[in-house]
Amino acid sequence: MLADNLMIIGVNHKVAPVEIREKLAHTGDCENPVVTLKNMSGCNEGCFLGTCNRVEVICAGDGSDELAMAVRHMLFARSNLSDTEALRYSYTYRGQEAILHLFQVAASLDSMIIGEPQILGQLKKAYRQAVENNGVGTILNKFINKSFSVAKRVRTETNIGSNAVSISFAAVQLAKKIFGSLEYKRVMLVGAGEMAELAAEHLLAQGIEEVVVANRTLANAVKLARQFKGRAVSLEDLVDELENIDILISSTGARGLVLRREDVKPVMRQRMNSPLFLIDIAVPRDLDPELNNLDNVYLYDIDNLTDVVEVNKSAREKEADRAGRIVQEEAVKFAAWLESLAVTPTIIDLRDKIETIRRAELERTMPRLSSLTRKQQQTIEMMMTSMANKILHHPTLFLKADKRSCVQQERINLVREMFDL
Amino acid sequence: MALLFNLTFLVYIVAAVFYVVYFINQKNDIRTMAHLILVGGGLLHTAALVARYLTDGHTPITNMHEAVSFFAWSMTWGFLIFRWRYKVKNFGTFVSILVVLLMTVSAVSSQEVIPLPPALRSNWLPIHASIALMADAFLAMGFCGGVMYLLQENEIKSRRFGIFYERLPSLEALDNLNHHCLTVGFPLLTLGIITGSIWAKQAWGTYWQWDPKETWSLITWFIYAALLHFRFTLGWRRRRAAIISIIGFGAALFTLWGVSYLLGGLHSYVG
Repeated sequence: MLADNLMIIGVNHKVAPVEIREKLAHTGDCENPVVTLKNMSGCNEGCFLGTCNRVEVICAGDGSDELAMAVRHMLFARSNLSDTEALRYSYTYRGQEAILHLFQVAASLDSMIIGEPQILGQLKKAYRQAVENNGVGTILNKFINKSFSVAKRVRTETNIGSNAVSISFAAVQLAKKIFGSLEYKRVMLVGAGEMAELAAEHLLAQGIEEVVVANRTLANAVKLARQFKGRAVSLEDLVDELENIDILISSTGARGLVLRREDVKPVMRQRMNSPLFLIDIAVPRDLDPELNNLDNVYLYDIDNLTDVVEVNKSAREKEADRAGRIVQEEAVKFAAWLESLAVTPTIIDLRDKIETIRRAELERTMPRLSSLTRKQQQTIEMMMTSMANKILHHPTLFLKADKRSCVQQERINLVREMFDL
Repeated sequence: MALLFNLTFLVYIVAAVFYVVYFINQKNDIRTMAHLILVGGGLLHTAALVARYLTDGHTPITNMHEAVSFFAWSMTWGFLIFRWRYKVKNFGTFVSILVVLLMTVSAVSSQEVIPLPPALRSNWLPIHASIALMADAFLAMGFCGGVMYLLQENEIKSRRFGIFYERLPSLEALDNLNHHCLTVGFPLLTLGIITGSIWAKQAWGTYWQWDPKETWSLITWFIYAALLHFRFTLGWRRRRAAIISIIGFGAALFTLWGVSYLLGGLHSYVG
């Protein structure tokens, strides 16, 4: 079955801690992962997706365990983990499961913040890179493009995207409860990410005075700062800048804490106890949970913000359920398409065979029926065509049918044997 | 006269009930009604004070019943005047409850009209006592602001949102409220102490003689003075300001009641 040739091996925030994720293969590696994939024996097509929360290898090939192991070896090359450990920190999906997984990823149902819009863009980029490196053939081309349209369908038919929006809206509401008016307040973005930018945009709409962007690489900070007409600083200046800002949104990929209680405590005195609202979107946390125990410091992480929108929780869960059903429905459809792809050659052969017989018989018989009128001859031809179609009908259905009791390959073999194809 | 007082008390209770209902269901017409009822209570209270003045023949601030009743009256009108200048969401609920509590204290105190002791027969009596009680009224409003601040801050800090998060205004607004009440209450407190001191000079020949009430009013004054001073120099605002204004109000209440009941002293006739 063709669907079984599809395989996804990946690592995400659910199965592996950041210490492991950090040491995985990356899009920016000197040896392009797509090229590496293509060179593996048994792998016909391959695509590599790497984001801060996940790494996924999508491939179409022989679906063998050897291939899976080779992929794991590539993913975990830098981590010095044995294959057994690599197996523990990763997931391997084949066939129907792989289809469902990719659709869920694309629809942002597998994301840390369900419904965040970033992942689809990242997947599109990964697809583009795979195309550029000739990693994509018929199957992956159809598969990945289908995941885009599924994501689009989920986005238009459910309200799943509003979840991320409502979280950043909750951040704005909280900021207002702390500061009253947000005019003349300064917000700082540490690190970058869709959620942080979304929240910053919402805050700007409330009349925020200035956006300061801090990033490990200053160039990225400058780029983002320009987007918000703000100022860029390097990450080393973070603590010094704390004196001048009111709201801080942190979403770095750093492994450890970016800001500790001891860093902030002296700053609070300089700030004359004017409040500091800290929002930690990063996983793992950027900001010391102890910070919340400082007077006039209010620390919220993504779970806390999600709780703020508690009121809409049941609505959100309903949307997620609906999205899940759409994804499942599409996955089943796609699997059916893939299966039909498997039987297509047999059906074509079968039709060819019957057509050849029909033609041969017509050519043999027609000269002997020359006494008939043109119209009568046509009627006989039509009768033969319709007979051929009627004979073909049930074998075709038999091939396409979704009969669990009988493996498709066996059915194909049976038909081929029966008709001597 | 007692009827007028009891009627006022009842109207205040109704106003407080309406404010509490408004606090729960947040319907604007309920708030309007609560506000109107409170205005009615304030007017009745004024009438009650005037009636009492006519019966007493002097400003009715000489015993606990009268003093606390005047305290509640000042608070009601202080709030209504404040509200006219600037509105703080659901402030009325807290103020009206405190007014009812004060009225309860006043109602259970002896309402007997006692002839004025000779020491109190002075024009300074209405000036000193009313200023001191008005100071207490504004400090009481600051106390309400402080309590509201702590309730709101507790929900924001603990990230568990109960009934207060939506209903109370922002921390910034509550801190401002606290400060505004203080900027009115503190000068009045200062003035109350000064007028008392001048009166003491006239009555007893010395400005200050460390009687317990004087001492405690000075302690109260220092608490609030520290809060005002350090607000600007060290940034004592928000949570700290809220806590100190609650402590300060405690000291003010102790000056009003505790001293009279527990420590005695020259002021002990007021109680």
